[in-house]
Amino acid sequence: MATLVGFIFVLVILLVIFELLRRRHLREKYAVLWIVIGIGLLVLVAFPQLLFWASGILGVQVPSNLLFAMALLLLVLVCLHLSFEQSQAEDEIRVLAEEVGILRLKMLEMEARQLELRTKPLEQSRRPGNPPETAA
Amino acid sequence: MNSAEQTQRTLVIMPAWNESEAIGNTIREVFEFGPACDVLVVDDGSRDSTAQVARDAGALVVQLPFNMGVGGAMRTGFKYAKMHGYTQVIQVDSDGQHDPRDIKSVLDGLREADIVIGARFADKGTYTVRGPRKWAMNVLAWTISRIAGTRLTDVTSGFRAANAKAIRQYVDHYPAEYLGDTIDSLVVAIRSGCTVRQVGVSMRERQGGTPSHDPIKAAVYLGRSAFALLFALTRKKNEPSSN
Repeated sequence: MATLVGFIFVLVILLVIFELLRRRHLREKYAVLWIVIGIGLLVLVAFPQLLFWASGILGVQVPSNLLFAMALLLLVLVCLHLSFEQSQAEDEIRVLAEEVGILRLKMLEMEARQLELRTKPLEQSRRPGNPPETAA
Repeated sequence: MNSAEQTQRTLVIMPAWNESEAIGNTIREVFEFGPACDVLVVDDGSRDSTAQVARDAGALVVQLPFNMGVGGAMRTGFKYAKMHGYTQVIQVDSDGQHDPRDIKSVLDGLREADIVIGARFADKGTYTVRGPRKWAMNVLAWTISRIAGTRLTDVTSGFRAANAKAIRQYVDHYPAEYLGDTIDSLVVAIRSGCTVRQVGVSMRERQGGTPSHDPIKAAVYLGRSAFALLFALTRKKNEPSSN
């Protein structure tokens, strides 16, 4: 019974991942990890002897402890990976913000110059006046 | 670089965050007492009228969409300088604590080095700090002096100039982390082969805003600067890109 429940549970997770991928809500590079984990679980549910065998080799007395330890390790690594990706994303956002700032200044300058050209000048001010603020 | 003295194009970069009180005056003073230059204000996501005030005072203004800290603002400034072919830049605080009369002497130092720091303790002016903050500054100054091979007394000063080589280096590697704008950027630049020297400047009272003298903040500052230094020292060497 427990085997059946576990089996269904893993299958549902795999299906959800597949569906998310299909709708492009999940990038493939993150999905791979979860698919690998899902398949690993599936194997483990199908052949629980594997766990006993592995804990015997590694010298873990209670097999379920091996399972917990592996799960913890995996979660820590996943968290680290996400922090890494997040940092990279922030970096990219920062670069974009810099570019946007500089481009906005350029645009204001061009608008001001155009305005100057159009209303050929009574006053000879070189510096851009106060062009209308563009919405951010 | 010396032969091209006449054709130097100078950009004054002012990172500003909610500085509408003081920035107008600072910009006008730079135009009045400083050498011929353009002033670029990098408005670091201010919520007040900083950008408008700066524009009215005659500065170019880059408005960042959100706050990125001094490091991020300076990166933007250096990028702008490189894009528009400026040959030397100088960072000046928007709150008016750097005397625009000193800009020229700091820029003059660029004849002998790639990066020049306007130092607040070099026997000029009356700027003093005490307690943990002072110890932190001393340790940092000592360590970075060793790396730079020249005596530096004020490595956290934000009053610093850079020539074209240093600008290129900065655009590639200027860190946006906390304190990256002072310690990290300096160490990375030195290790990429930029030379550094310092020039004594006098420091004035801030024209607006309040200085922080909280001992807890000072301790946090000490810890974070040590952290920043540690990372800066263990980082790989970078060659400045050739445009």
